[in-house]
Amino acid sequence: MTPPAPAPDLDDMRAIIAQHTHLEGPLLPILHALQDAFGHVPDAASPLITEALNISRAELHGVISFYHDFRENPAGRHVLKICRAEACQAVGGDALADATLRKLGIDWHGTTPNGAVTVEPVYCLGLCACGPALMLDDKVMGRVDGMKLDKLLAGVGA
Amino acid sequence: MKIYVPADSAALALGANDVADAILEQARARGLDVELVRNGTRGMIWLEPLVEVELDGLRHGFGPATPDDAAAILDGTCAKALGPVDKLDWMQRQTRLTFARCGIIDPLSLDDYQAHGGLAGLKRAIKMTSADIVDEVTTSGLRGRGGAGFPTGIKWNTVRQAEAAQKYIVCNADEGDSGTFADRMIMEGDPFTLIEGMIIAGLGVGATRGYVYLRSEYPDAISVMTRAVDIARAAGVLGPDVLGSGRAFDLEIRKGAGAYVCGEETSLLNSLEGKRGVVRAKPPLPALEGFLGQPTVVNNVISLATVPVIFEKGAQFYADFGLGRSRGTVTLQIAGNVARGGLFETAFGMSLGSVVNDIAGGTASGRPVKAVQVGGPLGAYMPVSKFDTALGYEEFDAAGGLIGHAGLVVFDDSADMLRMARFAMEFCAVESCGKCTPCRIGAVRGVETIDRIATGDGAAIPLLTDLCETMKDGSLCALGGFTPFPVMSALTHFPDDFARVKEAAE
Repeated sequence: MTPPAPAPDLDDMRAIIAQHTHLEGPLLPILHALQDAFGHVPDAASPLITEALNISRAELHGVISFYHDFRENPAGRHVLKICRAEACQAVGGDALADATLRKLGIDWHGTTPNGAVTVEPVYCLGLCACGPALMLDDKVMGRVDGMKLDKLLAGVGA
Repeated sequence: MKIYVPADSAALALGANDVADAILEQARARGLDVELVRNGTRGMIWLEPLVEVELDGLRHGFGPATPDDAAAILDGTCAKALGPVDKLDWMQRQTRLTFARCGIIDPLSLDDYQAHGGLAGLKRAIKMTSADIVDEVTTSGLRGRGGAGFPTGIKWNTVRQAEAAQKYIVCNADEGDSGTFADRMIMEGDPFTLIEGMIIAGLGVGATRGYVYLRSEYPDAISVMTRAVDIARAAGVLGPDVLGSGRAFDLEIRKGAGAYVCGEETSLLNSLEGKRGVVRAKPPLPALEGFLGQPTVVNNVISLATVPVIFEKGAQFYADFGLGRSRGTVTLQIAGNVARGGLFETAFGMSLGSVVNDIAGGTASGRPVKAVQVGGPLGAYMPVSKFDTALGYEEFDAAGGLIGHAGLVVFDDSADMLRMARFAMEFCAVESCGKCTPCRIGAVRGVETIDRIATGDGAAIPLLTDLCETMKDGSLCALGGFTPFPVMSALTHFPDDFARVKEAAE
């Protein structure tokens, strides 16, 4: 039932890369654009990027692996980011995160067996006066409690 | 009938979109002609979603609103009526300079922006020489609001005097510190003020290009800023001929990729160039060799967003607020376990205790305050005994803390300070860029050492102290260098939390 992520097409990837090569410092915009299109940075994109930007594969791997955002494999259909930072901890964020992971039977960065949701830690969403906070895909939510979270998880089929 | 429902992400996180939909639906049912404005937030996050209804030119507040309140708000029978928002104690006690328009205007209306003083500063700056522009900033006493507190005018002057074919203005919008949201709030609530500040900076130092490095954790801010840049460009505020001055300035929004350390300016520059966000050794200063090796102003969002009001009202007007060498206003962000959390802009000088107890009303849980972490994850945990510390860069330094980006995270007495100290080390280990050993290895050893203390090994306490000294003295940037602040302040001020575990283990 998991809709397959669009298969990375070399020409599509070349086109995405070409849209950004005129920028000063184009690599992060390219990686973001590829991930937006394919859900991850496909391995097949590497030689295209290194050729377009005249950098080595090691340099590219260094950049992709440095940043928490970039993934080399697809995530679940939804990504749930739960804030672990201090302000959310002060209002029970830890307990909420622990309960969620326990309920889903996964650890941080894990994906539910049905592929519905990947849970990741995030260090601050700027919702520090209305924690505990989380972000489901690009949608933020504050003052999250067990009930709100259960509803949210049910909504995404987790 | 004009109604305001914030689209700030804190309001959205608390259901503002549903409230807005409900108001429109109820208005339709009543045949009311409603003009709905999606403003930024006033900063009273405990009242969000805060609906405002304009009656006879006065904006009346209702909050925290739910969709079920929509009908009563329109009928004037809502029990959550707060009266005129400007008359609320929280608003009355502030000195809103940087945030004067935030929550009031439609963030993406350039007309609204100008009607509230926007672009007046830029128009004045256009008539000034670059040296006079920089002097104005120096006279205002503005210091870097990102945390370091470096005088903005001095930084600008270094870039102004540097010879180069291309100079840059880089806005550090990688607001990763827990407890801080002022950057997000202004970018979502008054984006043109940041753009205007960057243009003035460009005119001052001779830079024609700018970048806003905005963290990916802020999708709403990215969306608002991107649209604001397009609007400003279409209106000739940005571009080859800024407001018909013949001077060029344009800027781009760049999205970060989830690395906390990229809030450090040299690491940010590497990231902007498309490299690993590894810290660079200084010198050379970014002011001389910054983005792509060119002279670059790197300033925090709040520093740049404060520039327009300085030019609109004059440097001396701004400098007349404050305490000692901390001039102007500080944009306090009150967060964590707190009854009234949000953004409170005030002149430097208020005591920590009055902010926490008086302004914020103590904890949300109703339990006693145990500690307040000031200045983000690298800031010290201030115990109640230090509540008389005045909010000023030097004053906090003297008290063994730092103001940083002026975020205050309040904890009640259920907080376990050993656990918080461990988290500080764990966070440093996760986010270390890996360039220098004290940070990369020290943070990992720090977690292990605190775990030893947690199992009752008191002998590990001197080891932790020693490790913190090494990290403080030997780290290349504030991540490794300041992680000892939360750790050591927890250990020093809350020794019981580090000792009691031994009894539990026996």
